[in-house]
Amino acid sequence: MTAAVDTKFAYRRSPDQERAHPAHHPVVIVGAGPVGLVLALDLAGKGHRCVVLDRRQGPSEGSRAICWSKRTLEIMGRLGLADDLIRRGVTWKTGKVFSGTREVYRFDLQPEAGHARPAFINLQQFHLETHCVAAALRSGLVDLRWGNEVTHVAPSATGASLRVATPDGAYGLTADWLVAADGVQSIVRRELGLDFEGQTFNDQFLICDVKLLIDRPTERWFWFDPPFNPGQSALLHRQADNVWRLDFQIGADADRNEETRPENVAKRVKAMLGDIDFTFEWISCYRFHCRRLSRFRHGRILFAGDAAHQVSPFGARGGNSGIQDADNLAWKLDHVLRGLASEALLDTYDAERRQAADENILASSRATDFISPKGAGARAFRDAVLGLVETEPFARAFLNSGRLSVPTAYDASALSTIDGFAPHDALALRPGAAAVDAPLGNGWLLSALGQGFGEICFTREPATPRHDAGLPEIRSLVVTDDLACARYGAADAPAVYLIRPDQHVAARWRRAAPEDVRAAYRRAIAA
Amino acid sequence: MPLRRDPSFSDPDRIYNTIIDAHRGLSDAESLSLNAGLVLLLANHIGDEGIVREAIAIARASVMSMG
Ligand SMILES: Cc1cc2nc3c(=O)[nH]c(=O)nc-3n(C[C@H](O)[C@H](O)[C@H](O)COP(=O)(O)OP(=O)(O)OC[C@H]3O[C@@H](n4cnc5c(N)ncnc54)[C@H](O)[C@@H]3O)c2cc1C
Repeated sequence: MTAAVDTKFAYRRSPDQERAHPAHHPVVIVGAGPVGLVLALDLAGKGHRCVVLDRRQGPSEGSRAICWSKRTLEIMGRLGLADDLIRRGVTWKTGKVFSGTREVYRFDLQPEAGHARPAFINLQQFHLETHCVAAALRSGLVDLRWGNEVTHVAPSATGASLRVATPDGAYGLTADWLVAADGVQSIVRRELGLDFEGQTFNDQFLICDVKLLIDRPTERWFWFDPPFNPGQSALLHRQADNVWRLDFQIGADADRNEETRPENVAKRVKAMLGDIDFTFEWISCYRFHCRRLSRFRHGRILFAGDAAHQVSPFGARGGNSGIQDADNLAWKLDHVLRGLASEALLDTYDAERRQAADENILASSRATDFISPKGAGARAFRDAVLGLVETEPFARAFLNSGRLSVPTAYDASALSTIDGFAPHDALALRPGAAAVDAPLGNGWLLSALGQGFGEICFTREPATPRHDAGLPEIRSLVVTDDLACARYGAADAPAVYLIRPDQHVAARWRRAAPEDVRAAYRRAIAA
Repeated sequence: MPLRRDPSFSDPDRIYNTIIDAHRGLSDAESLSLNAGLVLLLANHIGDEGIVREAIAIARASVMSMG
């Protein structure tokens, strides 16, 4: 199963535990899952110290998330971790969908070249977390405290106070800013008495990770009604270290205790893969939920990741969207901490990431409804799609085995400046959208952007001088590469983009005066 | 353009029976599937979400009123 005792996760007594009065910290993060860790790393990259509390004393249990999207890898690239994660994981971009034993559809999530990062990697969640923990320790700015369980939280006008239980007894802490990244069961959410409402799906899913040697392509295989799981769905996906994720829909009434007994799971594994040798890494049974908090900001307390929203796993939107929460929050908190922006900037974290949560909840509930239809009518439509999909192109668009995670474009964001392009022109890069990568000479556009605001002039004219807004906060570059210009709608006429620190587009123009860029920058920090 | 609600076929009996005949020999479950396939094909052909929504609302209201 998981690795032997890893000292990276060991409980260590903190000097804060000796104090008569609670120690104070500017930023405390509850939860060292992927979301808390990425936030801590991003803040550290911007020079901020933070305390991260987690009740665990070891890597998280089981694999849970395995699919990490291109956008997540781009964020990890900004934090200097993408190359390691890609090396450690398995890269994929294609999937197949079967109805019974027939392949009815195949897809390619990254059909075009010219992106630094692949469409997806698969890597066990605990591996990703372990890489983040190592980087957090290297930064010297992240005070990671394992075996620290938050038991009480009290908000105040200027921050929050916490009670933390440890193997050596309890202690108190106060913080200017508290980030709740403490997962689905969030203690912070419960202490604040906040609702977490939405939809629960009745169907149960048996999920297991098995280690075995087979020669199969690294593709996502999804079955509707396969002979080894009649009337239900199944999923097969490769992870690192010859581990495979098997996922069986088992129905609403299945007995989970019976189903999760290794000898019973083994029968399912053999029915799916044949009479092979394997070992179990993890077995679990889930009923999925789609729900969110009504607001992600409560004064000085901010919610991120599963603590703020939960989705079903079809589409790999849970962890990936949580990491995008961190990406959105880190630069805003940085601007507020440095006094460059007012607290109002954090309201846009709430607005933008709620929009993203709604998008993810919608996509993953629709996929779950397709995979486990409610009632005979819904099932008939699902089966009709499966019956038509092989010969009718239109039915392929209805087929839904999970719409895989893509970044949200913050269309209604108060931080965006009204689009300077004509309607429908280069829509993929409209204000609010995540910047798209492209090759530059011997590097990549997203890596050239760095950590802060960036102003890019895309032009095919090599002699173009740097366009400079004259603000130290904005670094400016000129890009003349063909593919980059084409992607940014500048193949025929130049374009100027202002990109936020989270690499989303703040504004764009066909021509911009320095005052335009300065005004867009002020808008983008809610000044 | 709103949903057309006046007759549009010159021979309504024939198209009605064509639809009925398609169900001949099918189980209830198969009939349900056939209808689902037809709805999807026709909805895609119409290609106008507003029209499809209007049709759904009228058909659903008639089912509810038969209650
Ligand atoms: C079967 C399955 C498959 C999935 N597959 C994918 C996938 O392929 N891709 C994807 O993107 N997502 C996937 N997800 C979702 C993903 O696992 C979650 O969205 C992700 O873990 C959320 O990260 P988080 O940091 O918000 O929360 P968590 O990972 O849950 O971390 C929360 C942390 O808070 C700590 N904590 C909790 N309470 C306290 C407390 N009181 N005091 C201190 N610490 C506390 C916990 O110990 C934990 O370490 C999957 C989920 C499941 C269940």
